[in-house]
Amino acid sequence: MSRIESEIGKPQGGLMKWIDDRFPFTETMKYHITEYYAAKSFNVWYVFGVLAMVVLVIQFLTGIFLTMNYKPAAADAFASVEYIMRDVEWGWLIRYMHSTGASFFFIVVYLHMYRAMLYGSYKKPRELIWIIGMLIFLTLMAEAFAGYLLPWGQMSYWGAQVIISLFGAIPWVGDALVEIIRGDYSISDITLNRFFALHVIVLPLVLICLIFVHIVALHEVGSNNPDGIEIKEHKGANGIPLDGIAFHPYHTSKDLVAIIVFLMIFCAVVFFAPEMGGYFLEHANFEPANMRATPEHIAPVWYFTPFYAILRAVPSKLLGFILFGLSVVLPLFLPWLDRARVKSIRYRGWIYKSALTVFTITFVVLGWLGTMPAEGVYVLAARILSVIYFAFFLLMPYYTAIDKTKPVPDRVVYHG
Amino acid sequence: MTDDDLDQIDRNRRHFLTIATAITGLVGAGVAIYPFLASLKPSARAQALGAPVEVSIGSLEPGEMVRVLWRGKLVFVLRRTEEMLKHLGDNLDMLKDPNSEVVEQQPEYAANATRSVKPEYLVVEGSCTHLGCAPIEDFEVRPADHWTGGFFCPCHGSKFDLAGRVYTGVPAPTNLRVPPHRFVRDDLILIGQDAAA
Repeated sequence: MSRIESEIGKPQGGLMKWIDDRFPFTETMKYHITEYYAAKSFNVWYVFGVLAMVVLVIQFLTGIFLTMNYKPAAADAFASVEYIMRDVEWGWLIRYMHSTGASFFFIVVYLHMYRAMLYGSYKKPRELIWIIGMLIFLTLMAEAFAGYLLPWGQMSYWGAQVIISLFGAIPWVGDALVEIIRGDYSISDITLNRFFALHVIVLPLVLICLIFVHIVALHEVGSNNPDGIEIKEHKGANGIPLDGIAFHPYHTSKDLVAIIVFLMIFCAVVFFAPEMGGYFLEHANFEPANMRATPEHIAPVWYFTPFYAILRAVPSKLLGFILFGLSVVLPLFLPWLDRARVKSIRYRGWIYKSALTVFTITFVVLGWLGTMPAEGVYVLAARILSVIYFAFFLLMPYYTAIDKTKPVPDRVVYHG
Repeated sequence: MTDDDLDQIDRNRRHFLTIATAITGLVGAGVAIYPFLASLKPSARAQALGAPVEVSIGSLEPGEMVRVLWRGKLVFVLRRTEEMLKHLGDNLDMLKDPNSEVVEQQPEYAANATRSVKPEYLVVEGSCTHLGCAPIEDFEVRPADHWTGGFFCPCHGSKFDLAGRVYTGVPAPTNLRVPPHRFVRDDLILIGQDAAA
């Protein structure tokens, strides 16, 4: 849009003009909101990005209020969480919102990522959006991990022990690195203090910056759609994509419905099942950290369990660490592993459809196995599924290249 | 700036100054980073708290074990029975490092058949060498499973014998670490200080 045209759209005079002469307010609103065009054919898979933003806001708000009563010291942390739960007015609500929010963050983000795998949203020209998204995911994992130590319960302590010890597997620098992370010879008050700093300042800041860049990159290339076609290739006389509608008010009003449904589910969990049978808040974490005894059965929170199952499946410390790291990082390379010419699952052949189905089942079952004890048939199953997990990614260049795809339409297609 | 001025620019000199400024800046930044990184290391207080701890073993019965904390790390002190010591040689072929050849895992004076200063007393860190969980003691002898008593890690299933030696086929790579320790008296062990010190 030329300079002259954008001048016409601006309100004449008044406060808005005063601001716009000094700050590109109207221009920015148009570019990112009222004149950002996304496909009309969005389905329910397209609400999870917005929902992730909603959870982010919930986590920030509840987190800020929790810090006002929480004490990041080994001697006080567990008691201060109990204090929030029992003595602070509505403290239990704020804390349950935050703990439930953590799990919902991962539910929403996993579905958001799965959407990208369904419709090829990571493929050209959206590779960078995907990479930034993966960095957000990694930061989120670190954020969740740091936060999980803060209540200083048994699972906080021993979960952190296991994950921090992982870095000790790195040859030569491992032991020194572990000491730097802990700041002590074992996980202690010092570790808790610095994890608090990471959880409330460093990582949220990184998260915000990455999300900002994620959205800037998205708005540069435009959103994908369930058909995986580029709506910018068919524009009307007014220069607006024929298959697109403005983000606001059209997509926002649809998103509002999703947000309401989401909040209904979220509140139901917060009020009726905040522990979710030990999956959202593990039972062992209701006991204060005890350096003298590991809980009989130790498992990370559910959102780490698929990767944890892979770690446990390997009977070697270093190789386990490598494969664990690889399993988390591999999706980052999807844009280059996937050689199919079409983006959307709608026009892919049976090979990718089968591969994605098997992968989905593998990921879920690995997640379940990660919560089970590491013995007998569980370990065997985890080993087989780990191989399938890696095969899905590493063989992708071959099977997507030979997969027979269907012709992609020029314009978006509506279903139902 | 006119074309004449542009002609007079000494590009080599400008290039040199740019590089020199960049390098000086990077060196400065590198130096400035050091205090921040160093602040992450264990502090003087953390080091002081890592002082040796005394364990009184006068009242320890044969077959009994105590757990103490040294540097925040769990340490097992087990008084082994004659029976336990007798079985130490039974499963040598199932152990990864039966002769304590990995030098970092024990002081020289504990690199022997019982991995101890006095055969009766086993002193090992109660921290699985895989990912640091505290192993659970299981002293029951089960000949059917070739189990002569030892430690089992609840996290990832690593197994150790009654000298803290790791079995093969488990994720833990090495034997349980024997911390530096010495006998101050017959009934008092000092953990955290070598016999020579």
